[in-house]
Amino acid sequence: MSGHVSPAELADAATRVRLQDLTMVTDAGMGHIGGEFSVTDILVTLYLGVCDVGAETAQDRVVLSKGHAAAALYATLAEAGLLARDELSTFVQAGSALNGHPARTKLDAVEASTGPLGHGLPIGVGMAIAAALDGSEGRTYVVTGDGEMQEGSNWEALMIAAHRRLDRLTLIIDRNGLQQGAAVAATSDLEPLADKLRAFGWAVREVDGHDHAALQAALSSVPWEAGRPSAVIARTHKGHPVSFMSDVAAWHHRVPSSEEASRARVEIAS
Amino acid sequence: MTLFDCRDAFADTLCTLAEKDDRIVAVVNDSIGSSKLGGFQQRFPERIINVGIAEQAMVGVAAGLAAGGRIPFVSAASCFLTARAMEQIKVDIAYSRHHVVLCGQSPGISYGELGPTHHSPEDLAWLRTIPGLEVIVPTDPAETAAAVTWAADHDGPVFLRISRTGVPAVFDAETPFHPGRAHMLREGGDVTIVALGTVVPRALAAADSLSARGIAARVLVMSSLVPLDTEALLAAARDTAGIVTVEEAYTCGLGGAVAEFLAQRCPVPMRMLGLRGFAPTGSVEYILEDSGVTADQVASACTELVERAA
Repeated sequence: MSGHVSPAELADAATRVRLQDLTMVTDAGMGHIGGEFSVTDILVTLYLGVCDVGAETAQDRVVLSKGHAAAALYATLAEAGLLARDELSTFVQAGSALNGHPARTKLDAVEASTGPLGHGLPIGVGMAIAAALDGSEGRTYVVTGDGEMQEGSNWEALMIAAHRRLDRLTLIIDRNGLQQGAAVAATSDLEPLADKLRAFGWAVREVDGHDHAALQAALSSVPWEAGRPSAVIARTHKGHPVSFMSDVAAWHHRVPSSEEASRARVEIAS
Repeated sequence: MTLFDCRDAFADTLCTLAEKDDRIVAVVNDSIGSSKLGGFQQRFPERIINVGIAEQAMVGVAAGLAAGGRIPFVSAASCFLTARAMEQIKVDIAYSRHHVVLCGQSPGISYGELGPTHHSPEDLAWLRTIPGLEVIVPTDPAETAAAVTWAADHDGPVFLRISRTGVPAVFDAETPFHPGRAHMLREGGDVTIVALGTVVPRALAAADSLSARGIAARVLVMSSLVPLDTEALLAAARDTAGIVTVEEAYTCGLGGAVAEFLAQRCPVPMRMLGLRGFAPTGSVEYILEDSGVTADQVASACTELVERAA
């Protein structure tokens, strides 16, 4: 994949990924559709519009730390040609490689096994250190949820990355504002998040996490400051773009009824 | 008797291996001195990754380094490495099948007077439940060197338990390490002592005192807790009156592993000697005595099993 895919093409791909995701979750009767829909545009932009992944010579790495959004990852990998499309129908079925949370031992295209929160960023730091030791130009992108930033291990990793001047490491926070049970702000507030990240030594930008052009421009242009790792706070909506799911915490892991799925399908495709 | 600190053999061997294989890196949590890795740091300053006092991230970073083609040796006090980073050990290392060598330094009660916050008597019991993680407890400097060399070459996750407590040389320098194979250091058909780590000399002393009283105790050194040498255990269960396990750990470590296996395949009377509860303030020697992990207590347990069978 390369950066030559246009934002319009990324938008079309994201629509296909969301429709695929909806099918997988409704067929399986499980998933985390709210957070999958909030992170879809980030994943699609990374895999199709920014990163060099998949080929023998590929140097970039993507770690989805919010592993509960596995269905969105699988659908994106299929869209990027890194996973056979007919495997998607096996999502969470007995013996499938498509676990409810992604496993690197089950799928070659998965860079890290994730699920418990706060694991992906430390792993990404290790990957970035390995690349630096190799003198590689490869970039490492880690995608976390925003509630996930409540995990202390992330703040350990933020310090290590800044201290080691890992400027080929990029963190993208899917800032949908909701965690499983309630708003992040009502649970253990992160704000002022950008200031905190800057204080930890990171270069920070805030973008609309559903704007493919903005995401592609920000993610393709790292490092923004030599010697500093980059953090994108991607403002998103849980359940986007489905009107009755958007910004509703209950859709963290609710499964749509067939009637809801039909309505969602129309809204996603329109 | 000369006593050795196994950390020296660990650090020397790691330097020798790192000289030949530039994939080897050390990952530490401000534990360079306590791991005796000062020499490694001087020789390979780029290849020692000191993350600071951050055990969860330390283990995650090691997983990322392994994904990037490196062979990380994570070296940290076992109490912090295992208790603080257990989920990372489970998910990032074992479930992810990364070739990372977790080196639990100064484990068990080797920090003696520092107290239970710095003890890790539970590490063996915890770690042996994690699928795919090999759990190795070297006995002395020679076996430490052999186990470190093996672990560098073993394509999978490993935990090495390395003590600072002085131990005598038990093995010859050339003794190779084989996972899943116990060493029989004393032959005997009356009773069996299964031991690992720093308390192996207590098992040997017990066997020698029993021998003077006409009881032939077999001594198996089970340095490889996972995988366990089940053949040696089955033979011991069939040949002798019972099994006494000895460890510088809670008895759900080695004792539990041996009992789990034999209860299903060949149940025999057992006694398990090891640590009990949070240790009282005191030296390593004091705590082991307080817990009944002494040569005399091992011999008594053996005698009891032999008399019971008579």
